[in-house]
Amino acid sequence: MIRIKKLFSNYIFLRIIRAILTVFIVATLTFFIIRLMPGNPIEIYIGQLMSQYGMSFQDAKNQAAALFSIDLDAPLSKQYVIYMRNLLRGDFGVSFLSQGTPVALMISAYLPWTIFSVGISILISFTLGITLGMLAAYKRGSIFDHIMSTIAAILSAIPNYLIGILLLIIIGVQLGLIPVSAMRGTVSPGIKPGFTWIFIKDIFSHALLPIMTYVVSTVGGWTLSMKSSTLNTLGEDYVTVAKARGLPESRITFAYVGRNALLPLFTSLTMQMGFLMGGSALIESIFVYKGIGWALGASIAQRDYPVMQAVFLIITIAVIVANFIADLLYSKLDPRIKIGGE
Amino acid sequence: MKTREILRRIFWEPLVIISRDKAGLIGFIFLLFILLLSFIGPYFIKLDTEVKLDRIYQFPSREHILGTDNQGRDIFSQIVNGGRDVIIVAFLAALISTLIAVSLGSLSAYAGGFTDTVIMFITEIILTIPQFPLLAVLAAFVRLTNTTMLAFIIGFLGWPALARAIRSQVLSIKERDYIEAARVLDLGRAHIIFSEILPNMLSYIVISLIMAMTGAVYSQVGLIILGLVPFYGHNWGLMIQLAWTRGAIFYKGSIFYILSPIIAIALFQWSAVTFTRSLEGIFNPRLRAGE
Repeated sequence: MIRIKKLFSNYIFLRIIRAILTVFIVATLTFFIIRLMPGNPIEIYIGQLMSQYGMSFQDAKNQAAALFSIDLDAPLSKQYVIYMRNLLRGDFGVSFLSQGTPVALMISAYLPWTIFSVGISILISFTLGITLGMLAAYKRGSIFDHIMSTIAAILSAIPNYLIGILLLIIIGVQLGLIPVSAMRGTVSPGIKPGFTWIFIKDIFSHALLPIMTYVVSTVGGWTLSMKSSTLNTLGEDYVTVAKARGLPESRITFAYVGRNALLPLFTSLTMQMGFLMGGSALIESIFVYKGIGWALGASIAQRDYPVMQAVFLIITIAVIVANFIADLLYSKLDPRIKIGGE
Repeated sequence: MKTREILRRIFWEPLVIISRDKAGLIGFIFLLFILLLSFIGPYFIKLDTEVKLDRIYQFPSREHILGTDNQGRDIFSQIVNGGRDVIIVAFLAALISTLIAVSLGSLSAYAGGFTDTVIMFITEIILTIPQFPLLAVLAAFVRLTNTTMLAFIIGFLGWPALARAIRSQVLSIKERDYIEAARVLDLGRAHIIFSEILPNMLSYIVISLIMAMTGAVYSQVGLIILGLVPFYGHNWGLMIQLAWTRGAIFYKGSIFYILSPIIAIALFQWSAVTFTRSLEGIFNPRLRAGE
C-alpha cells in the first residue's frame, strides 16, 4: 500500500500517466470529430464516390471503410475500440489521393525532417538567446543592451511565417543569394542518406530557410526572458553572498547566476516546442519543406482526411513526448520540483 | 469624485505615465494610427478594384503612395481597407477567450478541491494540443462562412494559458485581508468574485486581452495564408495569400506589393506588444523598479 502511494506521488510516474492520458484523449477526440461531426469526412467521401464515379452507396461505403480502416456497420462503441486498436498497431489507414499508400509510411517519411529542423533551431536559438540575454543583463543600460532589446522586441512580435516570407523575399528574391526553388523539399534527388559530407551538407542547405526562420523568430523572445531572469537573479542574496565570499567572477556568472536564471526559461521551452511544431504547418508550406507540417497543410488543402487525421495526431504526440522530455530535464536541473510537487 | 476628476484619472494620468516610457509611447501612437487608418480611413479612401494593365507593379509615387500591385491597383487603398476585418476578428476572438479564461480561472481558484482539479486538468490538456494544427483541422470541417465564426473558433481554443494565469492571480488575491473580511461578512461567492476579486485584476485582464488579440491575429492570418478561410473580402492576410499563391513574391518588382501588408501586420503586432508592456509598468510599479 505504501509502495503504491509512493508511486503515485512520484513525479516521473505522474508525468508518464498524464502524457499517456493526453494522447488517449486526443485520439478519442479525433475519432469523434471524424465520425460524428456534421459533414464528417466519411460522409463527404461516400458522397463524392457516389456522385463522381457513380458507385452504389454500398460500394462507396465499403471503400470508405477500407480507407479509414473503420467498420462502418459496427456499433459506434465497437468502431471506436477497433480504431484505437489499429492506432496502437500504427495502422492509420490509407491515403485518399496517393491511393494505396499507408498513412503510417507517409508519416515516417515526413516526421523526421520536422523534428530535425525544429530541434536544431531550438538548440541554436536557445543558446544564442541566453548568451545575448545574459550579456544584455550584465551590460544593462549600455548601447549594446538598448540595441539588443529593441531588436529582440521587434523580432519576437512579428508572426514567424511573416518572417519566413520576409527571408524568402529578401535573401531569395531581392538579393538572389539563395536558389529558392532548388532548396525546396528536404533532400536533393539522387543523394543517398548516410554519414557522408555530401548528405549532411545537402540536408542542411534544404533546411536552411526553415531553420533561419525559426531561429530569427524565437531568438528575440529568449533574449528578453533571459535578460529579465538574469536581472532578477543578480539581486538574490546568494549572489551577494557569493561575491562577498570572493568567489571568482566566472564561477558566479555561470554556476550561481547563469544556472538559476536559466531555470524559469525551461517552462517556456516546452511551450515553444509545441508552438514551433504547430507552426511548422505554415513555415514548411511557405518553403515547400516536406516535413509533417507541410503534410498537414497539403492534406487539409486536398481534403485527404486519413492523412490529415493521422498527421494531426502525430504532431500532438510529438509535442507531448517533447514536453515530457523537457519535464524530465527540468526535474533533473531543479530538484525542488521532484520533492515538493508543483 | 467629480466626473472631471474621474476622467482625468482614467485618461490623462495613464497618458502622462506612458509618455515617460519612450517605447510604450511609440507603440501607443502606432496602435492609434493603425486603428484610425483602418476604421476611419475607409470612409475617405475607397478600395481600388479597377484593373489597369498599363500600370502594374509601379513604384511609389505621388499618385500611388505605396505603388501598385500585379493588376495595377493602388496598394495604399488596399492597406487602408484591409485592416478592419483583421482587427475586428482579433478583438472578438480575444474577448471570447478572455471571458472563458476569466470565468474558468477564477472559478477554479475560488472553488478549489475537485472542481479545481477537473478544470485545471482540462486546461492542461487543451494547452498541450498544438493550437494551430487544431485550428487548421477544425477549419477544414466547420464551414467558415463568416468572420464571426472564425473569431469564435479562434476564441474557443485560445483561453487555456490565460485561465491558468488568472487562477494563480485569484489564488494570491484570495488570501488577502479584505477578501477574508468579505467572507466573514458572508457576502456570497458571486459578490466576492465579481466585486472584490475581479476589479483588482482589471488591469491584468485588459493587458491579457490585448495580448490575446495579437495571438488571434497570428492564428487568423496564418489560416488565411494557408487558404483555409474560404470567404471573400479584402484584408491584409488575403493580400499576402494572393501574392504568395499567384507567385508574385518571386518577382523582384513586387516588393512593395508584398511588403506592405507584411509591415502592416508586423507593425500592429509590435505596437500592441510594446504598448501592453508599458501598460504593465503603469499598473504594476514593481516591474518598473526591476527594469
